[in-house]
Order: sequence, then C-alpha cells, then structure tokens
Amino acid sequence: MSLLEVSGLTVRFGRRQVVAIDDVSFTLGEQERLGIIGESGSGKTVTALALMGLLPENAAVTGSVRVRGQETLGLGEAEYAKLRGDTLSMVFQEPMTALDPTMRVGRQVAEVLLLHARNTSGNSRQRVIEMLRRVGLADAERIADSYPHQLSGGQRQRVCVAMALINSPDLVICDEPTTALDVTVQARVLKVLDEMLDAEHTACLFISHDLAVVSQVCSHVLVMLDGRIVESGPIHRIFATPSHPYTKGLVATAQLDKVAPGSPLPTVADFYTRAGATR
Amino acid sequence: MRKIQLYTGLALIALVIAAGLVSLVWTPFDPIRVTADRLLDPGWPHLLGTDAMGIDIISRLLIGARYCLIVGIISVSLAAIAGVPMGVLAGLSGARSGWVDEVVMRVNDVVYAFPALLLAMLLAAVAGASTVTAMVAIGVATIPAFARVARAATLEVAASDFVLAARAAGTTKWSIAVRHVFPNIAPVVGVQASVGFAMAILAEAALSYLGLGTPRGTPTWGGMLRDAQDVWYTQPVQALWPGLAIALAVLGFNLLGDGLRDVLDPRLREVR
Repeated sequence: MSLLEVSGLTVRFGRRQVVAIDDVSFTLGEQERLGIIGESGSGKTVTALALMGLLPENAAVTGSVRVRGQETLGLGEAEYAKLRGDTLSMVFQEPMTALDPTMRVGRQVAEVLLLHARNTSGNSRQRVIEMLRRVGLADAERIADSYPHQLSGGQRQRVCVAMALINSPDLVICDEPTTALDVTVQARVLKVLDEMLDAEHTACLFISHDLAVVSQVCSHVLVMLDGRIVESGPIHRIFATPSHPYTKGLVATAQLDKVAPGSPLPTVADFYTRAGATR
Repeated sequence: MRKIQLYTGLALIALVIAAGLVSLVWTPFDPIRVTADRLLDPGWPHLLGTDAMGIDIISRLLIGARYCLIVGIISVSLAAIAGVPMGVLAGLSGARSGWVDEVVMRVNDVVYAFPALLLAMLLAAVAGASTVTAMVAIGVATIPAFARVARAATLEVAASDFVLAARAAGTTKWSIAVRHVFPNIAPVVGVQASVGFAMAILAEAALSYLGLGTPRGTPTWGGMLRDAQDVWYTQPVQALWPGLAIALAVLGFNLLGDGLRDVLDPRLREVR
C-alpha cells in the first residue's frame, strides 16, 4: 500500500465550475520524493491544497485521495485537523506571511507539537529548541523568543520547515518553499530540507516552477500544464529524453549552461506553443 | 511627531484618572453637604466658586471624574465583551455557514438603528434612572460598533497566509479564533474602545443631564451641567467648568484613539 494514492482528482471552482485541475492521478510511496513542476496557474498549488483539504469552500473536489488507504476527500473538518500537522504537513511559499506576526516563533512551533502531542510532558520548549537547531538556526534560543518580523526570510522559512517536521509527519507538501528566497539562501534551505526529510523518513511532494530546484530534492517528477499531468517519470529520464514538447522546453531552459556561446537562449515557447497563443 | 496626538491624549486621560483617584481620598471641601455660601465667584478658598447649593465646584468635578471613568470602563467593556466575539464569529463563519454571519450582523443592524436615547429611556422606565442603567444603555447601544469593527478585521485576518498555515498544522477553527484572530484584531478593537470611551462619557453626560442617568445629588459632570442651567442667565460661568471637563476628557480619549491607530496600523508597523 502506497502512502498517498491520488486518482482522478478534479477540482472545479465557483458557480461556473471552472476546472482548475483535471483528472490528476499519481501515487507516492513511503519516503519517496515527488516533484510537481509547472507554470503559474497550472494547478500545482490547487493540487497541494486539495490534498491538505484546505481549498476554499467554493471548490468542488471529485476523485479520490487516499492516505495510507484512508479516503480523505469528504472527511469532516475535525478529522482532517487530526491528519494535518501530524500525518500530512505543509511548507508554504511565502515565509514573510506564513507566521503569525503577534506570536513568538517558538510558541508557534510548540503549538504544532502540542496540538498532536501524545505525551503532554512539559518539555515542549526543549523539543522546539532542538528542532530549530536541527534546521540550521544556530542561535535557536534567541530565535524561539523572537517575533517573525525580527527574523530574515531564510530564518523564517527554516522555522516553517521546523514546524512542518516537528511531528515527524509521513508526508510534507512543500509549495514553492524557496521561491521567495534569494539563490544562496535557497540552496541552504534546500539542503536542510533534504537532510531533514532523510532523518525523519518523511516523504515529500515538492512543488516548484523550477526544474533545477526540483532536481536537487526529488527523484521523480510530474509535469503539470493547464491542470493536467502531461508527463511523469524519474527525473534523470525526464532530463535525458523529455517526450512532451512543453517538458522539452523546460529541460532546455533548465540547462542554460549547455547552450553554445553566441547562440540565443532557449525559451519554453521555442518548443511548445499553446493553441491561441500570439507567438 | 506622529506620536504627539497619542501623548497629548494620554496626558489628558492621566489628568482625569488623577482627579478620580484624588477624589477617593481627598476633596478640598465636602462634595455633598449644602452650605450657605451659594453661587460664589471663583476665588479663595473656593477656587472655581460654589454652585447653587453652596457646594465647592472643584470637589464636585473631582468626584465627577470618578463617575466618568467608571461609566466609560464599564460600558466599553460591556460593549467589547459582547460585540467582539459576535464580530469574530460572524467573520469566521465562512461561506458554508454564511447564515450565522447574516443573523448576527442583521441583529446588530437592528440594535444600531435603535436610538440609544430611547433605549436609555426604556431602561430608566423599567429599572429606574441610575448610573447602572445609563452604563447598560450606553454599552448595549455601542455593541454593534464593536461587532462591525471586529468582523471586518476578522475577515482580513482569516484570509491571511498564517491562518492557512495554522490550519495546515491541524489547528481547529476555534483555536484559530483564540490564538490567531483575537491577538491580530486587538489593535483595531483597542482604537475602537478608545473612541467608544469618549462617546460613552458624552452619552453619560447627556443622560445625566436629561435625568436618565445618575440621579440628582450625585456629582457627575452631566448632572452639574444640568444644575448650572437653572442659573444660566445670572451665572453662566457655572456651566463652563463641567463643560470644560467633559470636553477635555472626550478630547483625550479621541486623541488616544487616533494616536493608537497611527502607532498600531499594521501597514505602518513594518516601516517603523
């Protein structure tokens, strides 16, 4: 039995039933890492929110999502809340707004721990400090007593990673966790994430628009376009022999170092043009 | 310079609080006992003179400060304790249980549409005119203001990323209300409370003036204003002192409200 089985997942929004994602199916095993790649509006984030049961109330979700065999679509809010943060957790794109500005960071991490605590012994602060240290925050004591606005973007995203992993979940969904960070901080956060996933034996669904970033974390990848999965497979296979024209474009733009000097840089549009596009 | 309003407001409020505290232990003259020195002009030993009953005006003003603060605190607390949870409930009810939002806010609209003065007259007719009826009437009449402000702020907080992140961590709706919504709407509610306090002082003075609030004999600023009316044509200065006291206290709380809004505005917080 796989950790996560998604089949025929379709999400429609609003009264006009606009289709956001269409018949998405994939499976994810224990400790596997799957990347979802695609451009803005391709349905990556909607997929993530659908798995977490966090879509807004005007979304109609059909299909099936099974976590360890348990169907989660249609679960009540209370039952879903037990899964979230414990079995499933999530790291958001924007670390500047994902933390409550009125609450000390340490307490926010501790809350996630206490929400799902099996033993309520009073050493939560120690666990929090230890976790903050493990995600590479050297000055963990001080960070724990800081408010979010006192921390940098990279520090905040590390805190978010600590929050997501403190209960050793089975699956972490990372929704573009490094998009808001600069390149050097991005590399460090990715490294920490990689190590933590290994240490906690946690599977990961990593959403990004950047094939190069996904290739640092994941072994397999799904390519999404306009709400559908257009290609999937091991990442080295995708790089070596992309079959869909859109994927070919992505691979070409992710390997700019292979472009011959003097020749123009490739764009996705060189390989794939949408029906009705102007170019 | 932005904080000058805040500090001016705080200074005026401190003055009122000091007057109220001093009146607990000391007043220059007996604030209740009638004497023969009626309608004295400002001078020595009665610095602001005496009223038609021969009672020292400063002494009555000091006691009046106490009543003004008590009325403000109780009626604003009443309105906030009832109004803020209602607003948060309405704001968090969401699309699927939107009827909760509708019911709560329409009830508030009805209360808002009901004149506060009429409410005070009704209460005074039922329970007798007293400081308590005035406070309850003012409190109930200002519940909708708090509910509306709290609802608007809640809608904003509920749409924020950190609420989504808290839900993703398994926090339930009611825990989110307590841990994330209340602390984040507190600045807005604080500003409303400060402005509401000024309104409550004015309303209580008006009710006492009309005889619907604190009964005659107890020194309140509104009551003093009413007593001064009897001698308006011969001793107009009698109305000046309680009027000035009310004006300064109201100004103080309004300035505090404006100052707090400037300091606590989340859009300015990052810049600071």
